[in-house]
Amino acid sequence: MSEKLHPISVEVNGVACSGMVSARLSLVDWLREELRLTGTHVGCEHGICGACSVMFDGEPLRSCLVFAVQANGHRITTVEGLARPDGSLSVLQDSFCQTHALQCGYCTPGMLIAAQGLLEANADPTEAQIREAIGGNLCRCTGYQQIVDAVRLAATRLSEGAK
Amino acid sequence: MTMAEHPAPGGFRYIGTKRRTKEDPRFVAGRGRYAADIALPGMKHVALVASPYPSARIVSIRAEAAFALPGVRYVLTGEEFCAATDSLTIGVDAPKVTRYALAKDVVRYAGEWVAAVVADTRALAEDAAELVEVDYEPLPYIIEAERALESGSPLVHPAHGSNLLYRRRFVWGPVEKAFAESDRRIEFRAKWGRSSTVPIETFAVAAQWHPAEQLLDVWASIQMPKFPDQAARALRLPGNAVRVHYDVDVGGSYGVKRGIKHTVLVGYLARRLGVPVRLIEDRLENMRGGDMHGPDRYFDVQAAFDTDGTIHAMKIRALDDVGAYAGRSPLQLGKPIGAICGPYRIAAIEYEPISVMTHKTPQEAVRGFGQSPTNFAIERAVDRIARALGMDRIEVRRRNFIDKSQFPYTIPSGSTYDSGDYHAVLDKALAAIDYPALVRERDDARAAGKLAGIGISTCLEPSGGNTAFEPLFNPKNETTTWMDSCLVRIDLSGSITGIMGTSSSGQGHETMVATVVGEVLERDPAGIRVIHADSLNALPSNSPVGSRMAIMLGGAAAGAAKKIKQALIAIAAHNFECAVEDLEYREGNVSLKGAPSKTLTWDQLVEIAHRKFHRMPAGLEPGLQAKFVWEVPTGGGLPTPDGRIQMYPCYAFEAHIVLVEIDPDTGKAVIRKYVCGHDCGVMINPDIVHGMTCGGIAHGIGAALYEKFAYTEDGQLASGTFMDYLIPSAMEVPAIAIVDHCTPSPLTTFGQKGSGEAGYLGAPAAIGNAVNDALEPLGVSIEETPMKPFALWERIRAARGDNGKR
Repeated sequence: MSEKLHPISVEVNGVACSGMVSARLSLVDWLREELRLTGTHVGCEHGICGACSVMFDGEPLRSCLVFAVQANGHRITTVEGLARPDGSLSVLQDSFCQTHALQCGYCTPGMLIAAQGLLEANADPTEAQIREAIGGNLCRCTGYQQIVDAVRLAATRLSEGAK
Repeated sequence: MTMAEHPAPGGFRYIGTKRRTKEDPRFVAGRGRYAADIALPGMKHVALVASPYPSARIVSIRAEAAFALPGVRYVLTGEEFCAATDSLTIGVDAPKVTRYALAKDVVRYAGEWVAAVVADTRALAEDAAELVEVDYEPLPYIIEAERALESGSPLVHPAHGSNLLYRRRFVWGPVEKAFAESDRRIEFRAKWGRSSTVPIETFAVAAQWHPAEQLLDVWASIQMPKFPDQAARALRLPGNAVRVHYDVDVGGSYGVKRGIKHTVLVGYLARRLGVPVRLIEDRLENMRGGDMHGPDRYFDVQAAFDTDGTIHAMKIRALDDVGAYAGRSPLQLGKPIGAICGPYRIAAIEYEPISVMTHKTPQEAVRGFGQSPTNFAIERAVDRIARALGMDRIEVRRRNFIDKSQFPYTIPSGSTYDSGDYHAVLDKALAAIDYPALVRERDDARAAGKLAGIGISTCLEPSGGNTAFEPLFNPKNETTTWMDSCLVRIDLSGSITGIMGTSSSGQGHETMVATVVGEVLERDPAGIRVIHADSLNALPSNSPVGSRMAIMLGGAAAGAAKKIKQALIAIAAHNFECAVEDLEYREGNVSLKGAPSKTLTWDQLVEIAHRKFHRMPAGLEPGLQAKFVWEVPTGGGLPTPDGRIQMYPCYAFEAHIVLVEIDPDTGKAVIRKYVCGHDCGVMINPDIVHGMTCGGIAHGIGAALYEKFAYTEDGQLASGTFMDYLIPSAMEVPAIAIVDHCTPSPLTTFGQKGSGEAGYLGAPAAIGNAVNDALEPLGVSIEETPMKPFALWERIRAARGDNGKR
């Protein structure tokens, strides 16, 4: 039962990546196993926990629910691509460190993607809006409090930086 | 920066101050290193064939079709595996309750692994697993613990002779006398539903056998004491033939990441096939076959008390369903003995733990090791006592609290509580939430036709994880130490490295070790590196269980650092030809008192230790390193014949206050306000403590309202995905305010207590009390977790007798 392979070409973290994939290969498995971008995590593989979230053409998306072939021709940002060009942490990542918005780190990449998506759409979110934006990402360590604090802090810092 | 300019709480330089953690940067950058990230050249992948029956005889297994699939390397069944490996160890004395990763002859729960398929990719292995044909002959099964004890019930392990794993009736103090002489008595049953910690990372393990070296390398997402020893024993290998890499980041555990059966299976396959092998559970596998369910418990509670609210005695019968196999799970009935009367002066206690097997997924250690369910039962009792007397619930608690002047305080079951100020913490929490305003808010909601209730719980978090319940529950087991260790090295450049001997699952141990070593040596923790040794070059550790690492690893790290400091002072004394008492240590430099010009700097002292043996005092080893192995404070004792023993050394305290509203039409409970007063002594890193406490509360909200491993009548797990096992999100968990209080422990290096289980130990009790307060005007109650909307709606409907419509 040799599987037919399909060519794909995807922009991942600003780099053009191409590969031959089977139709049933999920995007997250391609990112993790083929590109070795292991920052994106697999939690439930059925679209609930959000740990596998990546930016897909600028919008957060669950990479366990999408096939790699569906990413052909699209633009993806994983957690490894959130840092600044010089490799230093982004304001959002740094804010997560400042409020200790994580413990085991497993949900963190998905949380960062969800928060990034929010801040790109809404520069000054309320606590309720932050909770809603990360409401599809499960965290078992933090009780969400310090994550909400981090996103708020990042919004404040980004708006101050923009002035 | 000097200490005088920036005094930290308690006069510490680094401890207790706002400091970023050492771990966070790698995680936010996506550079964690989890077991599922391990990729070895030529690695093969495992998929499992699981039993669809709760109880059945395996008639035959045919794997030809699976083998025929290109890329399939092996199909392993219990026949081969059980002959080639030894049974996993069990916490109580029940040698016939054997346990292997793969079933042989019979299956004992739906989801039990029957065969393991190894293939070139995980997807291929899963394809092949579906082609393995297993013929079963279904057998009778039992999934209800009380009925499992009845004669004639199907036996989970017939060789054991019954479904009872452990039962003992402890009586500490004059229980019957108190029940005879007290003014009043209450009696009720509480049920703690089967839930667990359910980390977002499932269990993963990779293993590689090196035949030339006869060595098995293991990378696993573990949090388990004695893990390498148990894996080696089951694989019939010497302990030094298994090397567990503790530098693997663990994606959450909170107790359950034991994975010993997974590891023995993968270790066996790696050796048998001569290739690296990796197993990553998928979510369903994790939920039904990962063996990580939590306590599933009935409490029959009786209390005897006077009309003034004084509680004299309690009787607690706890019947726990551990599922089809038992590792340490029966011991989860033992740990709560260390705080069996909660924070109260209750002079006499009867406790009857009963551990029962059924045809369900096995139970594993869950955050608090049985303490949260027990606290739920105790706190429901206190609320019911107040209600029976028409007294205020806060007043009943205050009246029965151990007073701060009474510490150290020995409870009837033999544990001595180290320190505390329960009245002060409760008062702080009441002030923080503005209790009178909270009562008005509840009453206003009620006046508007809503169901609203306030819940309070005041609970203990025993910490410093010892294992005294092992000899208590198994006289053949004389384990009386549960040590932890740290090695601290100063290299030639003068930089400091701390080496710990276990893995971490989010607790921030690298930060903690760096902070305490920096504190002792007065060197900036930012420059201190902390690494996780592998099991062959690690000092002994019993892993981060039982809220122990701040106490045990923190104490060991401080002890090692103090030895380094003493060595530096000894080197200076030798060079200045003076007594050590004449010297002063400041920020790593050692000076003659009153003569600051006579100083040997950190760099100079390190240089002497590493290069200039001619300037070293006699008897001091060259180089600069120190190990410290610490026994649990108060540890070392065996139980008395009547079962009294010091369980854990330190006792943190938490007071939860919560406002809950229930929609009378849907039964949905919503948390409106949440405050937690918390006293875990000296906090080493407040951000870490607060984060774990909030996380524990969220986990407790899940256990109280949402999470349940539900079983159908035909023995099938009905909640094996996140569609039906509901984990609270940021929408269900409210903003949580934590109010700190500090009563230092007299038993620990800096006055710290444990906090890893904080929040979870009191949240379900507080929410249960709030829900019942909300239901009280209707004259109904609920004594069962989780308090799901349907259960609440049924009670509301019954109370109104009108199909739920207002």
